Amino acid sequence: MATPETIVNDWDPDALDTDEMILQMGPQHPATHGALRVELRTDGEIVKAARPHIGYLHRCFEKHCENVDYPGVMPYADRMDYCASMGNTLGFALAVEKLHAIQVSPYVDTVRVIMAELQRIASHILGVGTYSMDIGAFTPFLHLVRDREKILDLFEWTCGARLLYNYNWVGGVSHDVPEGFVKATGALLREFDSVTFPELLDLIIHNRIFVRRLSHVGVCSPELAISHDLTGPNLRGSGIARDLRKDEPYCGYQNYDFEVCLGKGQYGPVGSCFDRNWVRVVEMRESSKILHQALDRLEKMEKADVHEKVPKRVKPPKGEVYFRSEAPRGQLGYYVVSDGNVNPYRVKVKSPCFTAMSVFHHLAKGMMIADIIALIGSFDIVLGEIDR
Amino acid sequence: MDATYAFLASFVPEIAGWPAWALMLVSAGLPALACFMFMSLGPLVYVYAERKISAFMQDRIGPNRVGPIGLLQTLADTIKLLFKEAIFPKKVDRKLFVIAPILVNVGAFMPFLVIPWGGRLQPADLNVGVFYVVAIASLSTVGLIMAGWASNNKYSLFGGMRSAAQIVSYEIPAMMILLVPVMIVGSLSLQDITMAQHGGLQNWFLFRYFPIMPVAFVVFFVAGLAEVNRAPFDIPEAESELVGGFHTEYSGFFFAMFFMAEYTEMFVLSATATVLFLGGYLAPIPALQTLGFIGLPHVSLGWLWLWFKAWFLVFVMMWLRWTLPRSRVDQLMHIAWKVLLPIALVLVVVVGGLVLWPATANGFFWDRWVGWPLTLGLVGFLLYVMVRALQWSRRRAQELAAPARQAVTP
Repeated sequence: MATPETIVNDWDPDALDTDEMILQMGPQHPATHGALRVELRTDGEIVKAARPHIGYLHRCFEKHCENVDYPGVMPYADRMDYCASMGNTLGFALAVEKLHAIQVSPYVDTVRVIMAELQRIASHILGVGTYSMDIGAFTPFLHLVRDREKILDLFEWTCGARLLYNYNWVGGVSHDVPEGFVKATGALLREFDSVTFPELLDLIIHNRIFVRRLSHVGVCSPELAISHDLTGPNLRGSGIARDLRKDEPYCGYQNYDFEVCLGKGQYGPVGSCFDRNWVRVVEMRESSKILHQALDRLEKMEKADVHEKVPKRVKPPKGEVYFRSEAPRGQLGYYVVSDGNVNPYRVKVKSPCFTAMSVFHHLAKGMMIADIIALIGSFDIVLGEIDR
Repeated sequence: MDATYAFLASFVPEIAGWPAWALMLVSAGLPALACFMFMSLGPLVYVYAERKISAFMQDRIGPNRVGPIGLLQTLADTIKLLFKEAIFPKKVDRKLFVIAPILVNVGAFMPFLVIPWGGRLQPADLNVGVFYVVAIASLSTVGLIMAGWASNNKYSLFGGMRSAAQIVSYEIPAMMILLVPVMIVGSLSLQDITMAQHGGLQNWFLFRYFPIMPVAFVVFFVAGLAEVNRAPFDIPEAESELVGGFHTEYSGFFFAMFFMAEYTEMFVLSATATVLFLGGYLAPIPALQTLGFIGLPHVSLGWLWLWFKAWFLVFVMMWLRWTLPRSRVDQLMHIAWKVLLPIALVLVVVVGGLVLWPATANGFFWDRWVGWPLTLGLVGFLLYVMVRALQWSRRRAQELAAPARQAVTP
C-alpha cells in the first residue's frame, strides 16, 4: 500500500516489526474532515507512529491572489476555510484597510462583529457536531445543525449566499443588514441559549462515554502547544488565555464584555481532546453574549453607509502589512505586500489549522486507532484552510 | 413437526397415505418456510422503524417518499441492493468472501428454531434450547472474521478482529446470566423456561428476586448489545473509524445480507431476552392470553405478546443507538471483564444459593408487591422523560423562533 516516495527511513515496510503494519487513513475516509491522509504505523490497535500528509486540496490561493485585484481576492479568501468564510474575508479586509489606512465607521464595525460571531457559532456548531459524530453519536449533530441552518438563513437574508458570502469588502461590507435582522437574530440567540446549548451539554458533552473517550486522550501540554504554535480554541484548550479579540482588539472588540474560554480539565488533564472541544462549546455561549451586546448597539446606532469612500480600483501604497485576527479556528494571519499596483504583490496566509497539524504526530504516538479519529476531530481542522 | 402433521391431517386426511419422506418434507418444510419468510421479511420493518425512530429523536421527518409515509422505502432499498452489481475487489478471497455473509445469516436465523411463539407454536422444542441459541448465535462471529479476512482490506481486518475480541468477551457474562433463569427452572428448554413464568406479570423472571433479577437482565441486555454489534458497542463497523469495518468491501446483495443479519440478530437477542426474563409468549394478565375476553378462547395471542415484548426491546436498542456515542475498544473490554463479568459471577452464585433454599426457591416474599411496579415504573418513567424532553425542546424552540419568523416574512 505504501508508495516508495512516502516511505523514508523508519517507514520502510521491510524495516517494520512483524506485528506492525502501515495503515493509510484517508484521503477518502469519513472522519478525516476532508482530504487528509494520515499514515499510521500500527501494532494491532495501537498506533506506533503517525504522519499526516496534506496538500490534497491545494488550490494555489496565494498565487491566485497575485493575479487578481484586492476586491477580487475576497471570493478566494472565502474558499479557504469554507466552514467560516466570514472570518477569512474579515481578516483580509482588515489587512488591506490597515495597509491603505482606511478607517471604517463604528456601524460597519458592529455589523462585522455580528457577522463574525454568528459565523463563529455556526463554525463551532459544525466542529462540535461533527466531533460528536466522530465519537459515534449522530443525534447531537442534527440537533445542532438545526440552529446552524437558521444562522445560514440569516446570512442568506443579508447577502444572498449561504456558504461563501463575499460579504466583507475592503472598506465596508457588501450589504447592510436587512430590516428586522436584529429581531430575528435575537430570537435565534434566545433559542440557542435556552434550548440548543443546554441540550448539547446534557446530550453529549457530559455524557459518560463521551467523557471517558476523550478526557485522557491527546493531552497537549501548554509548552507543547506554544512550541507548535497552536492557536485559537486549540491553544485555549491547553489552558492558555490567548485570544486576539482581547489581546489585540480589532473591530471594536474591546468594547464588548466577554470571557476568554479555557480548557479546565474537569475530567482529566488540561489540554485533552475533551478540553479543546469544551472550549468550542463554551465559546458559542460567549459569542452569543457578544452578539446580544452588538445587536443592542446596532439598534441604537444610526444607519450609516456600509461602503466607505474607497476608490473603485483599490491601490494601496507601496508597503507591506501583517494583520492577524481571531478566526473561529484560531489566529488567521495575512501578510500582504503591495508594490503600489492594483494586484497585491504577494499574499501569505498563516492558517491556524496548518500549525495545528504540526503537533499531530507528537500526540498521536501510542494512541489507539479510535483515538486518532478523536484527535483529528479535536483540532477541528478544515483541509481547505490547511492546503489553501 | 408432529403438530404440523396433525394440523394438516385434519384438513387433508389423504395425507396419511403419503410416503414417509414426503410427509417429513411437508410437515417439517412448511413451518420452516413460514418461519424463514416471517424472519427474513422482518428487517424490512425494522429498518423502516429504525429510520423513523431516529428521525423522531433527531427532529427530522425520515423516509416519506416511497409509499404512504415512506412505508415502502426499505422495500425499494432492498430491490435496489438486489439489482446492484456485487463488486469483488481484485485480491479478495472469493470463496470466503461469498461464504461469510451466508454464515453470518446462518448464525442470525437458526436460533429462531427454538424460540417458542406459543405452547405448540415452536419449530422445535430442543431440550438444550438455551445452549443451542448461544452456540448457533456465535457462528456469526466466524462469518464476521471471515469477511474481515477475505476482503483483503486492513479496515475490514480490524473490524473482523474487533468483532472477534468483542463477542468472545461479551459471551462470557451473557452465558453466566443465561444460567440464572436456567437454574431457577432447572431446564434448558425455552418452552419450560417460559412455562415456569406463567401466572401473570409478577411471575416473570425479571420481577422475581426483586433487586437481583433486574440487574441480571440489564447485564444480559448490555452483553447482548455488544454481541450483536449495536451502538454503543458497534466498534466492529464503527463507520467513523473503520469506514464500514468488516463490510467495507461488500456491495449489492452481499451487503444487504449483512444488513439483514444485523437486524435479525437484534430481534433474536430481544426474543431470547423476552423468553428468559419477560415471560416469552405469556400475557402480563392471564386473561389476555387468548381472545377469550371476546368469546374466542381458542385463538391464542401468545405470538403477539412475544412480538410486542421483543419489539419493545428492539426499540430500546434503537433508542440507545441514537442517544449514545461509541465506546473505545479497550473500554469495551474493561466493561466486559471488570464490570459485567464480576457482576454476573456474583449473580450466579447468589441466585444459585437462593434457589437451593426452599423459602426463596421461587422468589422473595415481597416480589408480588414491590418488584414489578417499581421496575415497570422505572422503564415507563425513562420512556416518558425521553418523549417529553424531545417534545419540550421542540415546542420551546418553535416558541422562541416565532418572532424571527414574523420578522423574516413581513
